[in-house]
Amino acid sequence: MKELIKGNEALAEAAIIAGCRHYFGYPITPQNEITAYMAKRMPEVGGVFVQAESEVASINMVFGAAAAGVRVMTTTSSPGFSLMQEGVSYLAAAHLPCVLANIMRGGPGLGNIAGSQGDYFQAVKGGGHGDYRLIVLTPAYVQEMIDFTILAFDLADKYLIPVLILTDGIVGQMVEPAEFPKDYKPNFYDKSWALTGAKGRPKNVVRTLWLDDYGVENNNIKLQQKYARIKAEFVMYEEFMTEDAEVILVAYGTPARICKAITKKLRNEGYKVGTFRLQSAFPFPEYRLMELALEKHVKGFLVVEMSAGQMVEDVRLSVRDYKPVNFYGRMGGVLPEERKIIEYTLDMLKGKVEVN
Amino acid sequence: MENRVIISGFGGQGVLSAGMVLSYGAMFAGKYPTFFPSYGAEQRGGTSNCTVVIDDEEVASPVTQSPNIVVCMNQPSVNKFENWVEKGGFLIYNKSLVNNPPKRDDIETFSIDANKLALELGDVRFANMIMLGALIAITKLYPFEHLLKGIEKFFGQKGRANLVLLNQNAAKVGYELFARL
Repeated sequence: MKELIKGNEALAEAAIIAGCRHYFGYPITPQNEITAYMAKRMPEVGGVFVQAESEVASINMVFGAAAAGVRVMTTTSSPGFSLMQEGVSYLAAAHLPCVLANIMRGGPGLGNIAGSQGDYFQAVKGGGHGDYRLIVLTPAYVQEMIDFTILAFDLADKYLIPVLILTDGIVGQMVEPAEFPKDYKPNFYDKSWALTGAKGRPKNVVRTLWLDDYGVENNNIKLQQKYARIKAEFVMYEEFMTEDAEVILVAYGTPARICKAITKKLRNEGYKVGTFRLQSAFPFPEYRLMELALEKHVKGFLVVEMSAGQMVEDVRLSVRDYKPVNFYGRMGGVLPEERKIIEYTLDMLKGKVEVN
Repeated sequence: MENRVIISGFGGQGVLSAGMVLSYGAMFAGKYPTFFPSYGAEQRGGTSNCTVVIDDEEVASPVTQSPNIVVCMNQPSVNKFENWVEKGGFLIYNKSLVNNPPKRDDIETFSIDANKLALELGDVRFANMIMLGALIAITKLYPFEHLLKGIEKFFGQKGRANLVLLNQNAAKVGYELFARL
């Protein structure tokens, strides 16, 4: 039986279901419900909740808990995630599994508290220093806030990597019917590398510093091999009416929901339009997008974002010069207008290429 | 068919509760609802509002600036949202707290003395359910029985079972006002 559940609370309860018993966070709108929910729920399930003194502290508490081998999460919104970047780089370098969430709001700077997608570069290209990646999942529905969070804990432990849930404040704040899985049993991985007290066994070391000639390069090679493996084994996306589409709308999060509705609307009027919705932003579905670009029926792609154009760069890298890629976006917490998306889509169907 | 509803009023008038009840009713009616609260820093004495989108299929955006149904529980809400209503849409307002009624003639407006009716039922806080009952009668969003189920679900799960019947009764009062429309 489905219930009406708020996106943020869905994410929080899903983390509990996934076996997360350690949460550290600092309040920030529009993700406050997660922190509030965890403050209430963690004591009920015998877990640990700490409201840290800042995001810098909470991400380092995550480092400690992850090094100790427990399932751990912190959540925040854009300015808070910027503060966390040093810790995120350290977590990635140390191969530590954890789940992070950035419920994006308008930026740059303190910005505003409306939903936005201006942090794609930071999430996908690395907001901290060094050659590292996160697995980035991009839910657009409350049901996906549940499913992707549970998946995130599994991926984090499987690949020993921080996994980021990246979505806009609208998905975090909205309430819609969804359901939690019944009888889900978390798959706890062997963590014999964890710092659990070395009595009776050789000591374990979790580190991000090497002062010899090749230590850091060797760690980088390990990281890159891991990212290559993840790219080979994992990617998620939804294709909606793309099978014969002439123009394909590409989006994630709330704009993707709008694009799907526009696709239905234009299909009813006889236009061959489809939507390609990212469910993971790293790995990026580059091969599938290139395949679509090579299809004869595809005239081009229109990327829609709540940003100045960030994800569009990855679409262009995937599609290369095979087909035109146009962009429409609104910034600072403003939702792309349906009317404009339709106008640009029809332009592309008529062969007009550059929209901005 | 997509219906975009904004419910607006003072904090404390049960605006968010009304939005949740309306959403649950839509769910029981087999439709797809989304509920989106205003979560901004509202000024005291200003409006609190929520958006409920109800569709026969998956909802696209849970937010809108062109609602086709607006419920105003007080004057500031009318001031803010009258111009948002889509042409041909509905504006339903609580005339107990509205001295300057909406003026547009390209939308359908309905007034309800909701505070007075609520006080007759014993508590001014029933005004929100009276407005919801009226909304269902006027817009025929979905059959009224589902709204009653929505009330049962919302107030029942909050451990306020005693309030289920009282609120259902209030919704009936609102519904009866326009049931023959």
